[in-house]
Amino acid sequence: MIALSPRSLDEAVRHLADDPALVPVAGCTDLMVRGPEALHRMDRVLDLLGLPELRGICAVSEGLEIGAATTFTEIRHSAAIRAAFPALTAAAEQVGGWQIQNRGTLGGNLANASPAGDSLPVLLALDATVILAGPAGQREVRMDGFHTGYRKTALAPGEILVRIRLPHPPAGTVQAFRKVGTREAQAISKVVVALAGHVEGGRIAGIRLAAGSVAATPVRLRAAEAAILGSSPGLVTAERAGRTAAREVQPIDDVRSTADYRRFALERVVRRMVLGLT
Amino acid sequence: MNGIGASPPRPDGFAKVSGAARYLDDLSLPGMWHGATLRSPHAHARIRSIAWDAALAPDGAVCVTVGDLPGPNGVQLIDDGWPILAGAFTHHVGEPVALVAAPTRLAAQQALQAFTVTYEPLDAVLSLEAAEALPPLYQLGMDSGDVDAALARADLVVEGEYRTGHQEHIYIECNGMIASYAEDGALTVLGSMQCPYYVQKALTHALGLADEQVRVRATTVGGGFGGKEDFPSAIALHAALLARACGRPVKLVYDRHEDIVCTSKRHPTLVRHRTGVTRDGRLAALDIEILMDGGAYTTLSSVVLSRALLHSFGPYRCADVRIRARALRTHTAPNSAFRGFGAPQVEFAIERQMDRIAHRLGLDPLEIRLRNAVAPGDRLPTGQILDAGTSALPCLEEVARRTRFRERRQELEAARARRAAEGDEDQNGAEPRRGIGLSLYFHGAGFTGNGERMMKSPVTARLLPDGRIEVLTAMTDMGQGCSAVFPQIAAAAGGLLPEDVTFAEPDTAEVPDSGPTVASRTTMIVGGLIARVTAALRDRVLEGLPGHTVRDGWIESPAGRVERFRDAARRLRAEHGPVELTLRHEPPAWQTFDETTYRGAAYPTYAWGADVVEVEVDPDTLAVRPLQVTAVCEVGRAIHPTLCAGQIEGGTLQALGWALLEEMKLEDGRYLNDRLATYVIPTILDSPRIDVHLLESHRDGGGPFGGPFGAKGVGELPMDGGAPAVAQAIENATGIGVPAIPATPERLLAWQRAGQTPGGVR
Repeated sequence: MIALSPRSLDEAVRHLADDPALVPVAGCTDLMVRGPEALHRMDRVLDLLGLPELRGICAVSEGLEIGAATTFTEIRHSAAIRAAFPALTAAAEQVGGWQIQNRGTLGGNLANASPAGDSLPVLLALDATVILAGPAGQREVRMDGFHTGYRKTALAPGEILVRIRLPHPPAGTVQAFRKVGTREAQAISKVVVALAGHVEGGRIAGIRLAAGSVAATPVRLRAAEAAILGSSPGLVTAERAGRTAAREVQPIDDVRSTADYRRFALERVVRRMVLGLT
Repeated sequence: MNGIGASPPRPDGFAKVSGAARYLDDLSLPGMWHGATLRSPHAHARIRSIAWDAALAPDGAVCVTVGDLPGPNGVQLIDDGWPILAGAFTHHVGEPVALVAAPTRLAAQQALQAFTVTYEPLDAVLSLEAAEALPPLYQLGMDSGDVDAALARADLVVEGEYRTGHQEHIYIECNGMIASYAEDGALTVLGSMQCPYYVQKALTHALGLADEQVRVRATTVGGGFGGKEDFPSAIALHAALLARACGRPVKLVYDRHEDIVCTSKRHPTLVRHRTGVTRDGRLAALDIEILMDGGAYTTLSSVVLSRALLHSFGPYRCADVRIRARALRTHTAPNSAFRGFGAPQVEFAIERQMDRIAHRLGLDPLEIRLRNAVAPGDRLPTGQILDAGTSALPCLEEVARRTRFRERRQELEAARARRAAEGDEDQNGAEPRRGIGLSLYFHGAGFTGNGERMMKSPVTARLLPDGRIEVLTAMTDMGQGCSAVFPQIAAAAGGLLPEDVTFAEPDTAEVPDSGPTVASRTTMIVGGLIARVTAALRDRVLEGLPGHTVRDGWIESPAGRVERFRDAARRLRAEHGPVELTLRHEPPAWQTFDETTYRGAAYPTYAWGADVVEVEVDPDTLAVRPLQVTAVCEVGRAIHPTLCAGQIEGGTLQALGWALLEEMKLEDGRYLNDRLATYVIPTILDSPRIDVHLLESHRDGGGPFGGPFGAKGVGELPMDGGAPAVAQAIENATGIGVPAIPATPERLLAWQRAGQTPGGVR
């Protein structure tokens, strides 16, 4: 296997332009579990972990930018993220186990595009923007347009995921994250849900709900959002949110869970999260 | 000070935790090649043809197909019905069809592409229901008294059906072997195994070699749990066939995926109960039907079924009992030995049935067990009269006292009733629902029936030139700790210091066939022999010294210390040459068992246990988290209390994984959960606090059978108790009936919707 370790983003983009079969990799946590045969077939990789442009967490005028090669351990330990985006901290704490968190990156979670990726509903609920770099320069894609189908992304051939930008949430925003896994750690999600919302004058004035493992991609729960925007918080509203969410998703039976259970757990978790909106 | 009851550091411990221990895959022989296995993708198919295109195989790879076998196509176990390689038909997904060897592991994998196999798929039998109408692999029955009359007389007849699923062992070290031939045709096999002599017998049988031409050596074993009882024989044969074909040593090691795909699992089981009870909750009749999924070949299913039958009535008194047990044939990989060997499945069922009966009668789970548990002098349904060490009631009473079971259960029941009365409980609380559950269990120690009598296991002890005693057994330390416990037993029995005794590595060229490392027999049966043979060899050294004894490594006369035992032993060895003794195990004369009627004493003694488990259930996800387990186990005597408690903690956690998390789904006979990403076992975060309390009946005179110093077998016992206790706790927390395991949230939801309650379907 050949591994190229470029020193700059420009160099990485050039390598990828020269050799479209190069596989960009960072923490490799999703690759290593594909098994020895798959790894043997993957004979050329582009190591992104050392690129300075992909590292670090920094404040920008609109909010916070997180380098794509930032590990979940770094996210867990970031005071800036914990203060402004506690739902992301919570997701980082529940990805895999500590070893996975030490290697796995936020950008890798996005690019791997599993519908079960734990951080993805959080990025949807927090209205993230994804910054990509390619031969033609950089461009931005809204998070809700990034995952285009089952394990498909808006990344064009030759493009590299560089940073993720999270805008400042409105004052008083409540955030929530819940992972329903197969066990307490080292688990892949059966259902994963995130919420960001705020209440003004006794009404829900803003709400973004998102879920993973309930459709081919991580999804915004737009019908559930619409069903409660402007309503007064409380049990009736929460139950409406849960019911609507369960109706708008397309979960499947698979090795980890059942469609029935996923709808049930989604309904209950959404309901519980909306009950927390005050 | 005899060291029994002390907990010295285990001799293999530091090497294992520091990474210095060398497992099979760490070993390499000069010129060694690597093997790989071509497996059937079909559950049932006719094999029309197998073609090998040498031009497609890299690096001179060689192949072995069924036509290359030098002898019978069978892995010798109880019989040889399990093929080494599939013949004209394949009977399960993952069945070995052909083998290759190549210079590297990667080349061997790639060489599999050089095969072209033409299969003609056939209809497959893939479930217990489908198999029930077909001839079984094996069947057994037992009758005691008149069940039909007792059922007709009973105040109440309760029916129940209880299921358990596959369980994969997940030993840390996957299965693997290295085989090499010497120039004179002698074969040596190294590997990870529980039973070196099983492997040797399989090799001599299939390869047409004499015993002295086949040497089997167990390397450091990274866990077994029964998964290295029969399967190593097949892998050893594969490695040997490849070594024979390529003229070099061959290593054949499975990665985790392959290990899960093809090695044996715990038998999925369905137990049907029909129980007659009196109004005051006493068992009047037990009518039991056991169906086990044996998979495609019998392997060890006949003996697993036998142990299942003999534990299916639980630790309870009942005179009128009928049991029918069948191991059914399906087109899935053979299911075989797994810690507990059939008992955990049937004890889950009888415990669930006791809970259902208690629910119908308005008794609590403790009361129904107190009224029915066996006591010394009672008869089991087999007619066996139970010995003075029968400890079901002491375990039950102690666990209830320690956990305040009755009060705690009432508190939790009241909390559930209050939540229900207050209407929508969800408004107030995301807080989990708590529940408590209890189980009572027992495990027959040692081989079933006449197994030990037929084996007459030998253990040898000899004097080394330096005056130490070397003890030779075929037992392997797979993590259970016999390398710590055996020296304690030998030293205590001989009056010696631990450094006066050494143990030979399990190597068929050196050690006698003291039987397999299975059936909770290692400490109790082989340990007992070690005690006897060490004492006998000590007495040989003391010959001519009447009135002398050995204590703390010194020969003592009535006047005091005479000399170090080792000095006298060294002198004897120098003067007489080799001094060696072999003793064989002889079961107590009263332990007789009729293998046709299933009447008599099936086991020389039983170990006993009672568990209380407290769980919480998430009201939104129905996820069950076990919080606390209290296990009270009566083990006769704990030779090494730390290791003994460790066995109980580990077995309890393995039982909880089986009860809550571990699910093997199948599609067209293929396991879907065939990786550790999808076959989910407990992590440390899923593990409850486990408090173990050991009771030791040897203090009260033990029983008519004594293992060394009163010890009973303990390795499998804790596997029997966790699952039914956790099922009862879930019912207590949620009101949802739990007729099967694993009790995953998906199943709890389905049962809730289907109206399953603790009393049955509403």
